[in-house]
Amino acid sequence: MRRFALRFLRSPEGMVGLVLLACLVAMALLAPFVFPRDPLSIVGRPLIAPFTDASLPLGTDRLGRDVLAGLMHGARASLLVGVFAALVAVAVGTVVGTVAGFAGGLIDEALMRVVDAFQVVPAFLLALAFVSVTGPSLPVIVFAVALGAWTGPARLARAEVLSIRERDYVAAARAIGMHPAEIAFKEVLPNALPPVLALVSVIVASAVLIEAALSFLNLGDPNIVTWGSMIAEGRNVLRTAPFLSIVPGFGLVLTVLGVYLFGEGLVEAMAHRRGRQ
Amino acid sequence: MTTTLATLRGLSVSYRREGAQTFALRDVDLDIATGGRLAIIGESGSGKSTLALALAGLLPPEASLAGTIDWPGLDHVPVAGRDIGMVFQDPGSSLNPVLTIGEQVSEGAVRHLRLGRATARQRALDLLARVRIPQPQAALAAYPHQFSGGQRQRIAIACAIAASPRLLIADEATSALDMIVQAEITELLDTLVREDGMSLVFITHDIALAAKLADRIAVFRDATLVEVGPARQVLARPSQDYTRSLIATHIDFSAPRLIDERA
Repeated sequence: MRRFALRFLRSPEGMVGLVLLACLVAMALLAPFVFPRDPLSIVGRPLIAPFTDASLPLGTDRLGRDVLAGLMHGARASLLVGVFAALVAVAVGTVVGTVAGFAGGLIDEALMRVVDAFQVVPAFLLALAFVSVTGPSLPVIVFAVALGAWTGPARLARAEVLSIRERDYVAAARAIGMHPAEIAFKEVLPNALPPVLALVSVIVASAVLIEAALSFLNLGDPNIVTWGSMIAEGRNVLRTAPFLSIVPGFGLVLTVLGVYLFGEGLVEAMAHRRGRQ
Repeated sequence: MTTTLATLRGLSVSYRREGAQTFALRDVDLDIATGGRLAIIGESGSGKSTLALALAGLLPPEASLAGTIDWPGLDHVPVAGRDIGMVFQDPGSSLNPVLTIGEQVSEGAVRHLRLGRATARQRALDLLARVRIPQPQAALAAYPHQFSGGQRQRIAIACAIAASPRLLIADEATSALDMIVQAEITELLDTLVREDGMSLVFITHDIALAAKLADRIAVFRDATLVEVGPARQVLARPSQDYTRSLIATHIDFSAPRLIDERA
């Protein structure tokens, strides 16, 4: 485990990703202490340019709200949605994939056709439809994003389970008299997990983007600041004050980049370990 | 007079593939004596392993079974794990790589003997000591990849006998191991079966091993039972031509050399 961590830290992708993610998490965690006031409250003159006022380093938007406060509080929404959507997607996906792969036959066919049905609809459209029907709030958005993301883990888990269920230790578990459901979740699922976990970074990154796009379309939670809603807000004054869209845009780019690089570093470190065995 | 643990009468196992029925076992009559050691020998595809799976009730759902297996030596229908333990060929794949040895060995005991955590742990410790794993205390928390092939097979045997089954089935349990480890595992099986009064069915293509460990030998070929009898008799005076040719193919130091030694 320690060697694994070392190898991860030595890979440039992993290191850069880790630093970016650490900055983001720090921003999200420190936001309520650095800016205890509601980031949606008005703090000064509207449209102060960045780096002109020392107390408002990134300036203010059209209504005179602090852009830096918005940026830091916005990191919370992005990370929350990213992490929870990925958790829900992986949990649901691996359970469905394991059941399908282990049970086989009709159950497998039925479950995989459901997966196909979800897969043919683009993830963003699915999220859009779901949120516009149920109304925007953070849990709904998490669920909506997971709705389009669980099929990947499900297909991957099923493929892994199909090969794992033929191994001798599954036969041995059967010979001991274990119940099939117990074998599926205790013996098979943990072995099917590593490749599925490699998908997590991709899911987190796309979840962050989908959440931002939903907020951009005014379908985000209206009571919290998100980067998507900040970009949408800045769009109206794009020519006179482009920084209002550029600043949260940078936040998004760095988040997605950080998550991708972090995942890349993990996969690299894992591949090393597998290659050595 | 020995008692009988299991009687197989007219046992057939077949698979239906594209309309055609293929037999993996055809019309087998066989008795397994309580405390006896039955070796099942034959070439690959002769139905040896199917017999083991049928005994343990582990046949895949698409297999159709005809004939009867009765258990006069048991007063109930056998439960996999409780009454029958099974050891597989490749110890590299018969242990789950993500569960600790302690969890895997105590599984059968927890399930069938309804032991609590602490007693199950103690039981696992005793079992590991019985199969002579060095430092059993440390082994409980270790994972399969930390052991050698021979040690893993010992652990797999410990898993199989955790609930003190009446019948132990070893399916090619020594074929994946080198000669020295093979001898150790054979000796271990011998000791365990003797001490616990278990019946042993072991499936092998190694005639020398069968001669060493078994008191009865059954010879299979093309899904049918060719010949069965006391080990000494089958080996010394085989009644069937096939058995004779099988014994003749056995390779040892007296076998004719296939290449000349270079000077």
